Amino acid sequence: MAEEVASATAVEIARMVAGGSISAREVALTFLDRIEKVNSSTNAFLHVNQDWSLSCADLIDQKIARGENPGPLAGVPIAIKDALCIEGAPTTCGSRILEDYRPPYTATVVRRVLEAGAVPIGKTNMDEFAMGSSNESSGFRKCFNPWDLSRAPGGSSGGSAVAVAAGMAPVALGSDTGGSIRQPAAFCGVTGMKPTWGRVSRYGLGAFASSLDQVGPLSRTVEDSALLLSVIAGHDERDSTSLPDPVDDYRSALGSIKGLRVGVPAEYFGEGLDGEVAAAVRAAIATLEEMGASLVEVSLPHLPYAVAAYCIVSMAESSSNLARYDGVHYGARKGGTRGIDELYAGTRAQLLGREVKRRIMLGTFVLSSGYYDAYYLKGLKARRLIRRDFEEAFEKVDVIAGPTTPTAAFRIGEKINDPLAMYLSDIFTISAPLAGIPAISVPCGFTSERLPVGFQIMGRLLDEKTVLSAAAAFQGATDFHEAACPL
Amino acid sequence: MAGERAGIDVGTVRYVAGLCRLELTGDEEELFAAQLSDILNYIDKLNELDTSEVEPLAQAIEIPNVFRDDAPRGSLEVSEALANAPEKTGGFYKVPAVLEG
Repeated sequence: MAEEVASATAVEIARMVAGGSISAREVALTFLDRIEKVNSSTNAFLHVNQDWSLSCADLIDQKIARGENPGPLAGVPIAIKDALCIEGAPTTCGSRILEDYRPPYTATVVRRVLEAGAVPIGKTNMDEFAMGSSNESSGFRKCFNPWDLSRAPGGSSGGSAVAVAAGMAPVALGSDTGGSIRQPAAFCGVTGMKPTWGRVSRYGLGAFASSLDQVGPLSRTVEDSALLLSVIAGHDERDSTSLPDPVDDYRSALGSIKGLRVGVPAEYFGEGLDGEVAAAVRAAIATLEEMGASLVEVSLPHLPYAVAAYCIVSMAESSSNLARYDGVHYGARKGGTRGIDELYAGTRAQLLGREVKRRIMLGTFVLSSGYYDAYYLKGLKARRLIRRDFEEAFEKVDVIAGPTTPTAAFRIGEKINDPLAMYLSDIFTISAPLAGIPAISVPCGFTSERLPVGFQIMGRLLDEKTVLSAAAAFQGATDFHEAACPL
Repeated sequence: MAGERAGIDVGTVRYVAGLCRLELTGDEEELFAAQLSDILNYIDKLNELDTSEVEPLAQAIEIPNVFRDDAPRGSLEVSEALANAPEKTGGFYKVPAVLEG
């Protein structure tokens, strides 16, 4: 049974646990054992607390013994990005400044998955404050791609993607600002979805860029992401940007794609796209067509400006959001015996990493007197043009399909000293958060070096249902998501 | 306005670092001057766009102000709010002297 569980989906685990064929404790032990075996070679998890995981599992088993409904995620182990607060538990956001921080409250999404019966199995590695595309900017340790340990798992939710890819958890929570769920999902050969901005509460998520940040699921199958999204989505009075719109039962809404109009933007297949990635993604689009979807050429002419607009918007917002790390209210303090300004500057200098400093600097610059109009406002205007591209495209099509990333996983060390090259690696994922729309990445093939390739499907605002249906239909016709990594 | 562009020199790096309360080493100042200039050069690509008739868009879904009833409710105890403070005294955060004299 343990072997069966190790490769089971969340849907299957919940069914087995609720049906009594295996206990939540046995499930948790199976995955904790796997973590014990492969975490040291991948560094997917920053914190694992076996006792707490098992006591959560026991609560589910007790509920079942009492005949109560254990919830839709009964006994499903879940990996949680370390940017999400859990009361009393380590929550570092990948930063040394929060190394000893213990939140006095729990993030709404975590509370919801626990209430749905999930068992927290550990907190995952990430780029510091979610700023990075390779997980190399973790304040603690690098994380490695289980398909090839010399390569980056992507970022910032690299640990969550590795946890799922290497079988340490069937599902995970991540957060996506410019691609931080979808890009690591693509690099690690798993499914990852960024929902519509505001679809999921961010109460208790460490803030990076508030007009872009969104929490979402990672899993092996689309069906599991649909299940998890139904649990975490919905209005939260503690997050005034969470949307009041009713939440679909995404899993039972997965349907046929006959007649679905799939937009294929020429801009997503231009210069810079790796040939093997292009071939796999074109084949994926052809698969949708074979299943009854119709392909429509669309244009997103402002794609070439997305990275520039994103840099301005995300870094400006992050410079403001990260002002809270001041060595006074919470988090660590270093230096500064000569007054309050030295205290701020010394603490931030010693405890924030280089990428975070770079973004705070750039964000502060574009907001500073004399440059605000030329940079910040210009970026916001470009953002409107990018959103308009999507609005016009979605008058003709139901979803837009293309590659998630321009290349498969790059090598660790390849881009870390060239920030602009790193930012440009997010070219295809950055537009969706700027426009607020939902987007998913699913595995669609491999390069000749046996590295996974991601297929991205984007949809209209709040139309997660259609995006998930298209992705699920694709997985129904292919088996790329079932391939096991060599680890 | 839009033509007013500047590369970033070490002096600008120091000025900006002061604004955001970051103490940088000499090496970092030079590194950031070069890297931020690179990034800003790239961002200048946006000048190809005519945005004279375009309104800025600060968030993708424009949500009106959200209010709730102004009714008292429970909140963190002082001890909980201060539990993560690096230094505290009594019921307060403790910091070096802010005012001189």
